[in-house]
Amino acid sequence: MFTPTPRQFKFIKVALFALALLPAARLLLFGFTDRLGANPIEFITRSSGDWTLYFLCITLAVTPLRRFTNWNWLIKLRRMLGLFAFFYASLHFTTFLWFDHFFDVAEMLKDVVKRPFITVGFIAFILLIPLALTSTNGMIRRLGGKRWQWLHRSLYAIAMLGILHFWWMRAGKHNFEKPILFGSLVAALLLVRVYFAWRNRGDGAARSRAAVQKRQVTPTPT
Amino acid sequence: MPLYRRPNGIDLPFASEITPQEIFESRRSFIRQIAVGAVGAGSLLELTTGDAFAQAGSGQKLAAKANPAYVVTDKATPYKDATTYNNFYEFGTEKSDPAENAGSLKTRPWTIAIEGEVKKPMTLDIDSLLKLAPLEERIYRLRCVEGWSMVIPWIGYSLSELIKKVEPTGNAKYVEFTTLADNRQMPGLRSPVLEWPYVEGLRMDEAMHPLALLTVGMYGQVLPNQSGAPVRMVLPWKYGFKSAKSIVKIRFVRDQPRTAWNIAAAREYGFYSNVNPDVDHPRWSQATERRIGEDGFFTKKRKTLMFNGYNEVAPLYRGMDLKKYF
Repeated sequence: MFTPTPRQFKFIKVALFALALLPAARLLLFGFTDRLGANPIEFITRSSGDWTLYFLCITLAVTPLRRFTNWNWLIKLRRMLGLFAFFYASLHFTTFLWFDHFFDVAEMLKDVVKRPFITVGFIAFILLIPLALTSTNGMIRRLGGKRWQWLHRSLYAIAMLGILHFWWMRAGKHNFEKPILFGSLVAALLLVRVYFAWRNRGDGAARSRAAVQKRQVTPTPT
Repeated sequence: MPLYRRPNGIDLPFASEITPQEIFESRRSFIRQIAVGAVGAGSLLELTTGDAFAQAGSGQKLAAKANPAYVVTDKATPYKDATTYNNFYEFGTEKSDPAENAGSLKTRPWTIAIEGEVKKPMTLDIDSLLKLAPLEERIYRLRCVEGWSMVIPWIGYSLSELIKKVEPTGNAKYVEFTTLADNRQMPGLRSPVLEWPYVEGLRMDEAMHPLALLTVGMYGQVLPNQSGAPVRMVLPWKYGFKSAKSIVKIRFVRDQPRTAWNIAAAREYGFYSNVNPDVDHPRWSQATERRIGEDGFFTKKRKTLMFNGYNEVAPLYRGMDLKKYF
């Protein structure tokens, strides 16, 4: 089993950070070299949307990967990956608010209420904010591990909302290739969790049964 | 800048007001560079390889006389944008696909069958079609149903010239346009996004309107393949998808044709599909549009005009509920 030394871990983390910045760097590069195409705004909107979904999937993949490989140190990368999902979601939302509505918040909200695919995307983004805000060690301590974990499980719902947002956006043009790809990925990542939960419950039941038996054989002190 | 304003609010410029292509392009890329921000790009520039947006086009010159009745004050869209950002699903669903894949389209020999409710059905090859009426250049606004727009100098003549030649019978109530559907030339046909072949249609009076342009060129050149070569329709008061590309058949019929996008999503794409800022697409507003090459980073999107500003077509729809017949 591979466990990196603190030095190696630091290197992995820095490399991953740089890698995660590449999509944003690519947008900058294409902007400078006039390669964003005829509709640069659409390019940025789509790219940031895609990368939000990629990072949601990558973040959701950390726990299953850790379980399968027993590489427990992976968990220490999860916060950064989740924050990158939030970073690209913020970029995506900003392009919408800036380029589509030119910072007219009232107009934007009208759009949010009127169009289901935007409603869903907007809710997903809003729900990401408390997760980003409570990502610090201090917040984990203040909330308590259990409560923090429950709060952060809302990411499952957020990922599903993200897929729905993408699916509905593409619906009118019957162009479902990519939404199906993302949808299957998220479905797989969530099903793995159902499997883990089912297996754990099995373990848990066995354990509690054993506990009960133990209690029965042990005479209660009088 | 508008030189003068017609009472209906449409600006008419002189052709000389339109900025040359190269100047726009440099202006545009300059704006983009500022917009994207100037941090740390120096080293990244080295990563540049090739052009992500391939440019295809025959580049063959096509002579035409400018028609001063059809010009707009808006700046023409850069040729590169107009020929690399296209919806032509026969070559793929991405905007860059037509420019990349349409090279396989053979535009010569090409014939177009004119049939149905006409006294003189005929099959014309592309050369006789080019000689059927004098070619003129018209600068039209193009509004896509997706919420973006361009300004394009087209070359062609009014469809009515052709219609008069074939003499429709009294039974001809609609005109149906069919696009080529050839698996060997069009890789996009493999995808079931639409029912192939692509069919579009007009009511007879719409087809006879002088604005309806049977188009064979743009920007002083023969139509590039990705823009619907060798012959297409251009209907500037309707959303772009109403203008059938690479036409092989024009049929005059009694009943309203079943059109491609209407079959795919009737709730979203009506038969008429006139540009109308008051009738939203279910998934976005049609009140505003983004002019390709201009709007976005520092300017608001511009207001969409009724009939895309071509109010001369309004009499065609007098008494019709355009919210119902969208």
